[in-house]
Amino acid sequence: MKKPLPKLLSLFLSFLKIGAFTFGGGYAMIALLESEFVSRKKWIGREEFLDILAVSESTPGPIAVNTATYIGYKVAGVIGSVLSTLAVCLPAFAIIFVISLFFDKFLALTYVGYAFRGVQVAVVYLIASAGVKVLKGLKRDFFTIALAVAVFACFVTLSLFAVSFSSIFYILICGVLGLALYFVRMLARKKSTENKVDPPDSPTSPEPSEQAAEHRRDE
Amino acid sequence: MFYLRLFLLFLEIGAVSFGGGYGMLSVIRDQVLSRGMLTEEQLMNFIAVAESTPGPIAINMATFIGASQGGFLGALLATLGVILPAFTIILLVAAILKNLLKYEGVQGFLGGVRPAVAALILATAVTMGIRTFFGLGNVYGECSFNYKGLIILGVLIAVGLGSKYLLKKKVSPILMILFSAVLGIVFYGLI
Repeated sequence: MKKPLPKLLSLFLSFLKIGAFTFGGGYAMIALLESEFVSRKKWIGREEFLDILAVSESTPGPIAVNTATYIGYKVAGVIGSVLSTLAVCLPAFAIIFVISLFFDKFLALTYVGYAFRGVQVAVVYLIASAGVKVLKGLKRDFFTIALAVAVFACFVTLSLFAVSFSSIFYILICGVLGLALYFVRMLARKKSTENKVDPPDSPTSPEPSEQAAEHRRDE
Repeated sequence: MFYLRLFLLFLEIGAVSFGGGYGMLSVIRDQVLSRGMLTEEQLMNFIAVAESTPGPIAINMATFIGASQGGFLGALLATLGVILPAFTIILLVAAILKNLLKYEGVQGFLGGVRPAVAALILATAVTMGIRTFFGLGNVYGECSFNYKGLIILGVLIAVGLGSKYLLKKKVSPILMILFSAVLGIVFYGLI
């Protein structure tokens, strides 16, 4: 005899727990989500979980919020998604808010100030290593590498010369360029099929994407 | 008006931040610095706290910045702002656009966004590093060389790489932050 309330409550508590005990943000959360909802409660299938991850990583916003909303919706509809999202954010919100009340006084302590000068160095290190990790995960084709190099060079140069150019523009411009490249490729493909010539194989073969699947179908 | 602007700012940040918390940092940084809401040092302190407390980094950052600007209401609005776009988009995908990622146009768009986000994260680290180690915001400012910071960076890199290749274990960000705090006290306070 399962009533809907215990399920919602258990969903809420699960996400509260995950929100309260994962350090290091969304990616660290994935293993916990998997053990909680796929292995233990069996609310989400393994395949479905991978789909949820793929969507969460590809849409804007905090990955933790994306996965919580998606899993909550799958388990208990819109109410489930609201409860999961609130639960995953609540511990972080409460902890940080309390810290923010005392933070300035805490920093004013002489040795804490010294400690944070060291910590700032660690922040540079941690962000750089996160950046390197994401870079390593990129595709190795000309377009991707050229975009990454261009964005990096523009960003550092402009900020050194104190020209303000929002990161938002970089993201949107590159997205539009990616879309444009897709249209160009699509037109080229159309043309080559009109001329009854096989589409030229792209040199970037190790792509697990749909292009590869399409080539296989063509053969 | 003030609270509305804060909310809208974080709504905007939430809507364009691909790549999770770290991807969000570069967007948060240039919005917050260009509006003069925080200094680079304050921002870096916040990032360190966000990394060493539980919960999503993006939520931690939004709450912290919101609280610093407008107390409890500020924290609440900033956090809601950063959550709402993600929440709405995911609901749309889960309920209606189930095949969103299967559209080639979407893949094309993301194919452009991904390298941009990766480059932005690294570029953010580099510009923060230039400011931290050379005291230099831009070429018009005065350069002050922070050699102690560079030594600490060297130690952190050595520990990070050493542990990765010799012990085959990654040092967790929290341990790195704690270690750097000790180094900070030693180098700036005691030496």
